[in-house]
Amino acid sequence: MRRTTGYLVAAILLVAVTAGFAAPDAQRQQELRYLLRHDCGACHGMSLKGGLGPALKPERLRAYTVEQLADTILRGRPGTPMPPWQPFLSAQDATWLAGFLKQGKAP
Amino acid sequence: MIRHSLVILSLALVYAASGVALGGECLVRGTGDLGVIVERAAGSVVVVDTTHHKILSRIKGLGDLSHASVVYSRDARYAYLFGRDGGLSKVDLLCGTVVKRIVQGGNSIGGAISQDGTLVAVSNYEPGGVKLFSAESLAEVADIPATPIGNSRRSKTVGLVDAPDQRFVFSLFDSGEIWIADLSNPQSPAIRKFRDVGRQPYDGLITPDGRYYIAGLFGEDGVVLLDLWHPEHGPRRILDHYGKGERKLPVYKMPHLEGWAIAGERAFLPAVGYHEVLVVDTREWKAVGSIPVHGQPVFVMARPDGRQIWVNFAFPDNDTIQVIDTESLNIVKTIKTGKGTLHMEFAPRGGEIWISVRDQDRVKVYDTRSMQQLASLPVAKPSGIFFTVRAHKTGL
Repeated sequence: MRRTTGYLVAAILLVAVTAGFAAPDAQRQQELRYLLRHDCGACHGMSLKGGLGPALKPERLRAYTVEQLADTILRGRPGTPMPPWQPFLSAQDATWLAGFLKQGKAP
Repeated sequence: MIRHSLVILSLALVYAASGVALGGECLVRGTGDLGVIVERAAGSVVVVDTTHHKILSRIKGLGDLSHASVVYSRDARYAYLFGRDGGLSKVDLLCGTVVKRIVQGGNSIGGAISQDGTLVAVSNYEPGGVKLFSAESLAEVADIPATPIGNSRRSKTVGLVDAPDQRFVFSLFDSGEIWIADLSNPQSPAIRKFRDVGRQPYDGLITPDGRYYIAGLFGEDGVVLLDLWHPEHGPRRILDHYGKGERKLPVYKMPHLEGWAIAGERAFLPAVGYHEVLVVDTREWKAVGSIPVHGQPVFVMARPDGRQIWVNFAFPDNDTIQVIDTESLNIVKTIKTGKGTLHMEFAPRGGEIWISVRDQDRVKVYDTRSMQQLASLPVAKPSGIFFTVRAHKTGL
């Protein structure tokens, strides 16, 4: 019985951790989409077709992995106007955003 | 029958009294106290009456309006709207309608109208360059392609302004240039190019008298100054000692130089990558100080009489406005206007300021003397606010 409970707790924890890593909760996703549209959109265009910064459409992002894109979001690109978003975004946020961008959904 | 007519007449009177433009009807009034506010997410603008703090009409179907800006026809009846998606729209303030809309490029960043009001110029990121259109018909008149970057791109053009003597001035972000285009003969623009002015000019402005063009640099410290009375002297670097050896902060929103704040012999401008407003002596073009502020400034705007400077800030500090007294250089007021405070515009004589608060879907009107809020208008995701007084100002 105790062992079963232990497995159950472990399983719940595992699910929670994986889910947590895979995607921020629904409210955070809404916040991130808003940020993408309005704050990232200031340079990349509200519909992400580009501006002072490049377009963030899936065609263009195909050359990069989710990890690379998340890293760019978090650390920025030195020598360009792209700033590091680490102060405002977790690794989980950035990974979710990168995946979102690669899927090409409207923010 | 008579009763029926009376009902119609009284309805008409009610509408006339409310001053609202109806479908197919146009207002009969002056436009000197009107303006437009961009609803960037909805792709629409509202026409506002600044005397009565009222929305007169909403004009829809204008495309992607993120970063959209506006210039006015010289009679201040028509607004030309430059959309991010390359759209150029001419809207009629009195009728509340789109007169003409074209998509002239893939990706654009603002425009200007010529001194004589006949040409509208649009600055494009993609394909990089400036295109000119008839202000009357929006027919293309001339194309000025920017310097090629590699095989497939051309430099993005930024900081496009009109200048006296039927000229336009703009900067090239990728190739670090400033160009003066003389449109005396619209079919064949005469271009004067200044190369190697500095790394990544990100925006430009012209002083209210139309004499000096100034480009802000992103890629290095300093600012470029070009005297349009003496272009033969070439561009001059000013303020380039500023910030040397200091660690810049990341920039989450590019500052804007449009509407540069000049008060008496001092100019005020946003410091890129610092929580400061720079103070410059316009006789010597030397920095005379800097004012620590709440965040990284985006717009630094002088009240028309030059007595106050109002500043808004980049993400994540974009919920605040600060007011600087231009005599003492002290911050005299900090106002928590709300998250997403993006843009502001003074009433022509400066008694009021209108402020866009994106996340509240509100435009708030403040008295600039008491600094109290006077009114608040419902506007969906408001960004740029442009009053018709701009019709008569060089560079706006």
